[in-house]
Amino acid sequence: MDIHALQQIVHQTRDARRKQTIPKFSPADRDQLIHKYHPDYRASAYRPIRFGPNADEKTVVELATLLEGDSLITDEMDLTPQYTTDVLVIGGGGAGCAAALHAHHAGAKVMLATKLRLGDSNSVMAQGGMQISVAPEDSPVTHFIDTLKGGHMHNDHDLLKVMVEEGPSIAKWLIELGVLFDRQADGNLHVKKGGGSSKPRLLTCSDYTGLEIMRVLKDEVLNQKIQLLEFCAAVELLSDEHGQCTGAIFKDLDNHRFVVVAAKSVILATGGIGRLHIQGFPTSNHYGATGDGLCLSYRMGAKLAHIDTFQYHPSGAVYPEQLVGQLVTEGIRSEGGHLVNAKGERFVNELDTRDVVSSSIIRECEEGRGIRTMSGRVGVWLDTPLLDAEHGPGTVEKHFPAMMMQFERFGIDISKDPVLIYPTLHYQNGGVKIDTNSETNVKNLFVAGEASGGLHGRNRLMGNSLLDLMVFGKRSGLTAASRAASMSHGKLTVQHLQRFRADAKKHGNVSGVTSPMILPAYTRKT
Amino acid sequence: MAQDNTNVIDQPEVMQPRMVSIEISGKKYDVPEGITVIKALWYTGQEVVRGAGCLGGFCGACATYYRTKDDPKVRTCLACQMAVEDGMSFTIMPPFPARKATYDIQALKDPKQDLFNLYPEAPLCRNCNACTEACPQKIDVREGVWKAVFGDFKSVSEMFMDCVMCGMCTPVCIADIAPNLVALYVSRAQGARFTEKPVGLDARIKEIQEGRYNDEWKKLLKMSEKELADHCATVK
Repeated sequence: MDIHALQQIVHQTRDARRKQTIPKFSPADRDQLIHKYHPDYRASAYRPIRFGPNADEKTVVELATLLEGDSLITDEMDLTPQYTTDVLVIGGGGAGCAAALHAHHAGAKVMLATKLRLGDSNSVMAQGGMQISVAPEDSPVTHFIDTLKGGHMHNDHDLLKVMVEEGPSIAKWLIELGVLFDRQADGNLHVKKGGGSSKPRLLTCSDYTGLEIMRVLKDEVLNQKIQLLEFCAAVELLSDEHGQCTGAIFKDLDNHRFVVVAAKSVILATGGIGRLHIQGFPTSNHYGATGDGLCLSYRMGAKLAHIDTFQYHPSGAVYPEQLVGQLVTEGIRSEGGHLVNAKGERFVNELDTRDVVSSSIIRECEEGRGIRTMSGRVGVWLDTPLLDAEHGPGTVEKHFPAMMMQFERFGIDISKDPVLIYPTLHYQNGGVKIDTNSETNVKNLFVAGEASGGLHGRNRLMGNSLLDLMVFGKRSGLTAASRAASMSHGKLTVQHLQRFRADAKKHGNVSGVTSPMILPAYTRKT
Repeated sequence: MAQDNTNVIDQPEVMQPRMVSIEISGKKYDVPEGITVIKALWYTGQEVVRGAGCLGGFCGACATYYRTKDDPKVRTCLACQMAVEDGMSFTIMPPFPARKATYDIQALKDPKQDLFNLYPEAPLCRNCNACTEACPQKIDVREGVWKAVFGDFKSVSEMFMDCVMCGMCTPVCIADIAPNLVALYVSRAQGARFTEKPVGLDARIKEIQEGRYNDEWKKLLKMSEKELADHCATVK
């Protein structure tokens, strides 16, 4: 049977399913389900990191291997800098652009280096919106509490307080740059309610929030003539004799030469790790999301936080192949869309939390009640035509135009046919530990955005990452610039590598892996 | 748990995909039918650095020219969003050297008039519509350029909300306009200069600056872990 024939069961069972109510799991069942099926609880997928600042702490095998990996750089490399700058920003997404603009505005000489093009990042793909407490019935304190609950109470309180309090002024800055947030009739900002939030707090630009913000920030970086180094991947940091960060070494991806940049302070804004495909998961992430910043900071001695927890979005597309891993918005489920297995049965309350829904989808597929596509992937149905049946014809088209268009490109009308979904690796909850100025325990090394950790606790609330980027991008930029103004350039050495290598040797590290990964290995070798 | 095979459809396509013949930058290859243009590049052993970005149709990095079998018409697509078919020929478009004007959006005296200083070629549109045909996001680009010139900045900003800045409208313009850059300027001007200031936002910023929440913070941050968890549970 092909996939279109298999879809028929969704149509055949729709009316019967509409009469059903599926209760939410009891706390005990919920725990059991998650422990058995949620990827974060797969003991076999984890192992302790053998050495370095997080020695003996567990993380996923893929990341542990890269963190223990060796540098491309030899001890004897000529470290004469090709460029000298005050503030070096590594990463051209939301956090990197915000950091560069603020450092530049504060008077520092700034260089922005990025692995791909300026702007290429997860930020540009953010659709849901940006959480900022602007509604009269809302407050920064409520935003704090909601986020804390979302993060299972593990969030760093200081970071979180800073983020929620500086949110409104960030919105003002973006508006002054020309970002077109959706408005109410009275001119005030329109806010939507996001999952896990007690108040409507999501600022949106249609369903292109990240794209709109990034278009503007990128344009502004160009307007300010900030020095750019594109298609250059950071492969090592530089340190002086005291272990303070003094610059970075890049690999120019066009000519494969190394580029040395001397800087007074370095801001890493390299994003997340979706493209490591941990535990074999597809991902909603950008091509370059390979966790480079984590490896670089770790070798330098920076401590990581919460790197054993990742966010899997329950509904990533499984079919057509072109859309694999891309998000199918949660809105479909909130408007009543059913999740249906190969037997035509519902198996979870669709509005349960993300971890519960993801776990039950994985359970269905592992127990053989999934649907396999022509390319060998497995998923369950999301009954999208149900929305038209429930709320009247045209509902899907009216409420989810971007998604309609995305599937229409492949000849699929989601208002008539259900879509196939499976959890997709979406976000790295943890990262490099930072203080409220975005600085790590390595002096003059700052980390901002998804590469940093602590703020989101063990689970990120929808819409908080766009704000995280802007607030800590700004703080890192301002602190790095003011620091740079009062200091001179440090020595350029790779002494930290010698320490790291000695440590690796002691622990018998013979993995032969070099890190960072730079780009995922999708190119077919045979 | 072992997979129960009753519902698994192990079709021949899974085991042996149907191969199609395509041409990449003038060279012929056989690749599985239905994979994306970008995946076809990987399949043929090519490293992709330029021409890959978000892989989700948002960033415009993979602007591509393609032609289908026996059709003389050259079309445009995003390589991450287009499936290959038999006889297809394609090449990824290198970044086009369009001129971007630089400006300080807040310092402009009259943004509608300044459009003609920053992008003097904008009013020279000859109505050929090639830009609209080239747009993979189905934006009516030509209409947008006309509206920009006539000062209807609001419409332009709405029309171009889903512009991914792939730049495919630029090389086809016979008047040398870079419509995406014109639209970006216009949208920024609309947002920064012609959109009402949100009063509620300013009020919230003032409240925070004046310490309206200080007492609440003090109370909250002094709580023990248990007290904080209990307090959080009361907020629904």
